[in-house]
Amino acid sequence: MKSLLTPEVAGQIKEVLNMMENDIKVVLFTSNDCETCEPTLQLLEEVTVLSDKITFVERSLTDDVEEATAYGVTLAPTFVILDKDNNFRNFRFNGIPAGHEINSLITALIDSAASNPFFDAKTLERLSKVNKDINIKVFVTLSCPHCPGAVSNAFRLAMSNKNITADAYEAQTFGEISMKYNVSSVPKIIINDKYEFLGNQPIEAFLNEIDKV
Amino acid sequence: MFNFNFESQTKLNTFNHEIVYDFLVIGGGPAGLNASLYAHRLGLSTAIVTYDIGGQLLNTNEVDNYLGLAYDSGSGLKDKFLKHVETFSIPILQGVYVQNVSKVSDLFEIMLSTKIVIKSKTVLLTTGSLPKKLGIPGEDILDAKGISYCAICDAPFFKDKHVVVAGGGNSAVESALDLSKWASHVTVIQRSNFRANEILLKQMYANPKIDYMLQTQIIEVHGKSTVEGLTILDKNTNQTSHFKTDGLFVAIGMNPNTKYIKDFVKLNTFEEVIVNEKQETNVPGLYAAGDMVDQPHKQIIIAAAEGAKAAINANHYLKFNGE
Repeated sequence: MKSLLTPEVAGQIKEVLNMMENDIKVVLFTSNDCETCEPTLQLLEEVTVLSDKITFVERSLTDDVEEATAYGVTLAPTFVILDKDNNFRNFRFNGIPAGHEINSLITALIDSAASNPFFDAKTLERLSKVNKDINIKVFVTLSCPHCPGAVSNAFRLAMSNKNITADAYEAQTFGEISMKYNVSSVPKIIINDKYEFLGNQPIEAFLNEIDKV
Repeated sequence: MFNFNFESQTKLNTFNHEIVYDFLVIGGGPAGLNASLYAHRLGLSTAIVTYDIGGQLLNTNEVDNYLGLAYDSGSGLKDKFLKHVETFSIPILQGVYVQNVSKVSDLFEIMLSTKIVIKSKTVLLTTGSLPKKLGIPGEDILDAKGISYCAICDAPFFKDKHVVVAGGGNSAVESALDLSKWASHVTVIQRSNFRANEILLKQMYANPKIDYMLQTQIIEVHGKSTVEGLTILDKNTNQTSHFKTDGLFVAIGMNPNTKYIKDFVKLNTFEEVIVNEKQETNVPGLYAAGDMVDQPHKQIIIAAAEGAKAAINANHYLKFNGE
């Protein structure tokens, strides 16, 4: 099978993954009737092998129901990440992380392996006050250079407060879901299916919308 | 298939909030990146403060007019610029906006969105521009509901649909060409005549999916939850009509991103920063470059060159006035 990553790109990713601090586990859920599952599996296999801090496993959405339920996975392909203590990091990437979304994947790997907080003290204090269940959806396309920034912000929020979960949806794979949420521009961010905003906005914009819930 | 970039590596650069910089660059587009490179090579202590890297390069699919880099994507060019800057370990503080710039006792104070204040002896403003809106009824309501300002980002949502591009410059024609890869049909509507480069126009004329209407103005956008149609005015006949479309991509130019410094520096009537041939603003030690300044040709190579000029002139300023 032909590699998806060129040796040059693989080398660059390997170098960046040297920043990873702790061990992590990447779990990809696939299904038989899914067009992008095979290339997503191949991509994740090729990326995760570039760091010895990453363990990669494939799970079936239909057969491994208990695990899928534990991580709130309902779609395929979807990947989640567990930290060194096997704790779910509270975010899901639904779709194939190709195109510009390779950056969302790489950042998610590095961030999931990090010990230090992602935000300054002031932001962390504000974030600690979020005590309701919050779900952040971020819709992306593979050709959108602004999208990985929004995905990273959402995933970092989810990793920083147990009440927050985040879902990235790669809109071409999940066209019906995108239509359901009337997405025609990306990155589109939707908080608890109610409050929405557009663009690669700073973390304050996310928190302002979360405060409305 | 992959647009891997190196931004995460910038975390390796430690940005120091405590020191007084010689030359602080605000903005991470071609002007800012090139300015930091020049400043570093001139021996100035420099750093970049920006929300993201690339500026308008991020909204550009193909770049074919940057000398020495015959064909590249906007993102690809940004990666090359950034990689070059990173070889000098120039500190980059990303993910922040500048809220205010002021001058206190010969030092500039830059207030960030995180409320941290950075000090510098000279400052370069390179915060670029933001897409201009049509300013017509329906535009705000249907923003992100069929109206888009980023063709490369949003084209996939218009697969097999009929879309309109508003505008007649390079960005509009590039948007039409990008959209033609997804949409069933693209109509370019321009209120006057085309201003795009001949090479782009030739590509557009040769594309069977694209047609155009000149001397035609879009005066309203219609739709309930998404764009359904436009009211257009034929300026030759002065007749209005309904034009059915599934989406509207607005590419009518840019507005300079200068609101945060409008009370500090002189702007022209287009709200662009007024600079002289040295990229100097009316405030000594404060420079501006790129799409936000009052020169008419908003080009990557011009922005980069202006950044270089600003750094060189700031170096002279520091030698003869600032220290």
